[in-house]
Amino acid sequence: MIFTLAFKELRSLFSSPLIWAIFALLQLSFAYLFLSRLEAFLNVQYQLNQIAHAPGVTELVIAPTFGSAAIIMLMVTPLLTMRSFADERARHTLALLLSAPISMTEIVVGKFLGLLTLLFLIIVVVTGTTLALLSGGPLDLGLILSNVIGLALLCVSYAALGIYISSLTNQPASAAMASTVVLLGLWLMGLSNADSGNILNQISLVKHYDTFSQGLINSSDVIFLVTFTITFLLLTIHRFHRERLYV
Amino acid sequence: MHDQAAPVTLKATDLRRRFGDREVVQGVNLELRRGEVLGLLGPNGAGKSTTLRMLTGNLAVEHGRIEICGVDLRTNPIKAKSNVGYLPEPPPLYKDWNVDDYLVLCAKIRRIEKTKLSSAIKRVIELCQLASVRKQLIGTLSRGYQQRVGIAQAIIHEPEVLILDEPTVGLDPNQIRDIRSLIRDIGNLHSVILSTHILQEIDAVCDKVEIMHWGKLVYSGSLGQVTSAQPNPVLVVGFRRPPTLDDIAAIPGVTSVNTLSETLFQINFTAGADPTSAVISAATNKDWDLFQITPAKTSLEDLFIQLTQRGQTP
Repeated sequence: MIFTLAFKELRSLFSSPLIWAIFALLQLSFAYLFLSRLEAFLNVQYQLNQIAHAPGVTELVIAPTFGSAAIIMLMVTPLLTMRSFADERARHTLALLLSAPISMTEIVVGKFLGLLTLLFLIIVVVTGTTLALLSGGPLDLGLILSNVIGLALLCVSYAALGIYISSLTNQPASAAMASTVVLLGLWLMGLSNADSGNILNQISLVKHYDTFSQGLINSSDVIFLVTFTITFLLLTIHRFHRERLYV
Repeated sequence: MHDQAAPVTLKATDLRRRFGDREVVQGVNLELRRGEVLGLLGPNGAGKSTTLRMLTGNLAVEHGRIEICGVDLRTNPIKAKSNVGYLPEPPPLYKDWNVDDYLVLCAKIRRIEKTKLSSAIKRVIELCQLASVRKQLIGTLSRGYQQRVGIAQAIIHEPEVLILDEPTVGLDPNQIRDIRSLIRDIGNLHSVILSTHILQEIDAVCDKVEIMHWGKLVYSGSLGQVTSAQPNPVLVVGFRRPPTLDDIAAIPGVTSVNTLSETLFQINFTAGADPTSAVISAATNKDWDLFQITPAKTSLEDLFIQLTQRGQTP
């Protein structure tokens, strides 16, 4: 049942021209970021060769590309999640799901999985772009893997928050705005404080991504991002139970 | 008229629901047996849609209990919902899907087995006459076809209880006739509740009627009872040479007489004491030249107006 709903969500997403435009623009910007970093690397490559234990192409090109992707996805994910429930509300189609013999959990998780498929597709595209460098020489595949895992977990948390906010309204545009503002806020919290023990740093999503970009899969960061995701999914389910009660 | 032994498919006891301070549904009781079509009638804002949303599990019940085929909707929602088909208003259609794909989705989320999927879809496409538009996007269909797709999704899993919220709104007369006969057909095998504020609709398809006003059921009974529930029986008579009012009032059984025009009179009489033949014999004996005599039956419309115009506040 969950997969039926996930497939339905994916289908709805791809039936909108917006998704294709976002895909094209994302691909363009990833490619541009990647190439400009690659060019910068090629310019300093000669000097780097003089240094012992100099950082390689994976550290200097690929990891920063993933880092930019993390920020770009922060602004793009709300556009992908905005329709999930707000649009069903606006088009009065929520009744179809609510009166079918399926549980609220199945509906929320199904929608979430549909979105994840889309997000993972984007991550595959980014990874594929960077792996193209394999044709030019060896890469630190471990570091790339840790970046991929980090970006995936980060996008998953973005999506969970986005779905929750989309469940609060019946206007996709306001859902997108609100999610973007909240995600930006969570990012900026991490920027403003150098002290890593600070509470603001602790709840900043992107800050938890930083360790992944250094090649470190820190279980506390994994747990944080997974907990964040589950929390917002539970809040979404709770929201619909409440809605049946009070709205 | 109905087989009282037919199993009860839906039973709602003392449903209550408030939105904020306003109690929109105030203690509604409904019981429906297989093979019955129940019309839920009421002015706009009477609480019809709220009641239907509660019956389909779209809205939590504040107080009361709903059983569908004996299964409690609150404690076992998934099993209960699998026996319900619901067409809300507006219909829940994905406008950028085509009819076939939409129906496949609906069949799947109603947990129809894979092997029966295509036969279920074929059945509703025939029933709702959608064969010619199967590959069209729902958004490009006319209102009538969209409504039929809405009905198709509601009956695709052959539910025991079909709940339709204003099923014929926005349709042309031909489409209305088609949909009514479709509802009638479904109603012979399953139970149907339909809400409407169109009185003819009730006359056309329903066995039972419940009139709702300000969140309460103010009348419930079979359509046959509506006509006999008349509190003040009335005759309308016309005389070319009209007598005085007192002459008419003197006829046995007549309680009062009103003048409708120079030649037309309305005669009120006590229930059970039908003065029709007395009026006719008086008219021939006294040469009033009777040219019209009609029993003014209380129609559903009169009943509806009587029950729902009592004051604008609860």
